[in-house]
Amino acid sequence: MDSMTIIAVASIVAAGITTGFGTMAPALGEGKAVATALTSLAQQPDASATITRTLFVGLAMIESTAIYCFVISMILIFANPFWNHVIAQAAGK
Amino acid sequence: MRLSPDEVIFWQHGFVKLNATIVFTWVVMLVLAVGSKLITRNLSIGLKRARWQNVLEIIVIAIEKQIEEVGLGHPDKYLGFLGTLVLFLAMAALCTIIPGYQPPTGSLSTTAALALCVFVAVPLFGIEERGLGNYLKSYAQPTFIMLPFNIISELTRTLALAVRLFGNMMSGAMIIAILLSITPFVFPIIMTALGLLTGMVQAYIFFILATVYIAAATRVLTAE
Repeated sequence: MDSMTIIAVASIVAAGITTGFGTMAPALGEGKAVATALTSLAQQPDASATITRTLFVGLAMIESTAIYCFVISMILIFANPFWNHVIAQAAGK
Repeated sequence: MRLSPDEVIFWQHGFVKLNATIVFTWVVMLVLAVGSKLITRNLSIGLKRARWQNVLEIIVIAIEKQIEEVGLGHPDKYLGFLGTLVLFLAMAALCTIIPGYQPPTGSLSTTAALALCVFVAVPLFGIEERGLGNYLKSYAQPTFIMLPFNIISELTRTLALAVRLFGNMMSGAMIIAILLSITPFVFPIIMTALGLLTGMVQAYIFFILATVYIAAATRVLTAE
């Protein structure tokens, strides 16, 4: 394999693994957060406004870790600096 | 596939570029500024007031209440900065229902600029409230060993603010674009609705985090 193929394969595989593994932990975390929020909603329906607001903020904070992974894989696929470098080199030849 | 509205260029003359990010930022800014100007042109303090004045009052009072809940004593003082942030972000996210519009917050330049504003504003408010010496001393709290960590946290939270907003807005636009090519009818609509919700939540989070940072910087330590 020449370096171009290696970079392409590595980028695609790494992008898949990044999103796959990167969403796993936040998914578990969000599930736990929602489950706890539902329990406290059932116990204290009066405090639903506060609980829901805090839950949303917390979910968005947890979700941003998954979003970081998504950004990395999007960069790897659509704006890969190594790939651009190889393409520029190949064009220069 | 476009990663950000930076790559849509409307007009270019040599070095000067006019891309979609700049255009839509200015459109949102103009709508907000001209709209507020028109609404506040003739305000009334009586019971009979215009419809739009009521809307504006609800928004401003809600923002003030949120700032106060976080723990900032005088919301009026911070309303200019924090209110502008949340209104701009919410408007930028809300306008995505207009076809052809791309949220300027989907570009890393915009979000980095907003995060830098927070990065600069936090020490400014802190110094104004507590004085230069007291503010600098807060970096060495609780012990002197924490000094480098406090400085690092200052930088990383700015980075996190920028990347969180960018990632959320960009991923929303990206998912809709991908879904449009796979299942063109129903799913993109659902995802657009979800994107609206995400945008509003992200605007709120950006605002609340900026408020929390300012509150932490301006808090006078009572233990001393």
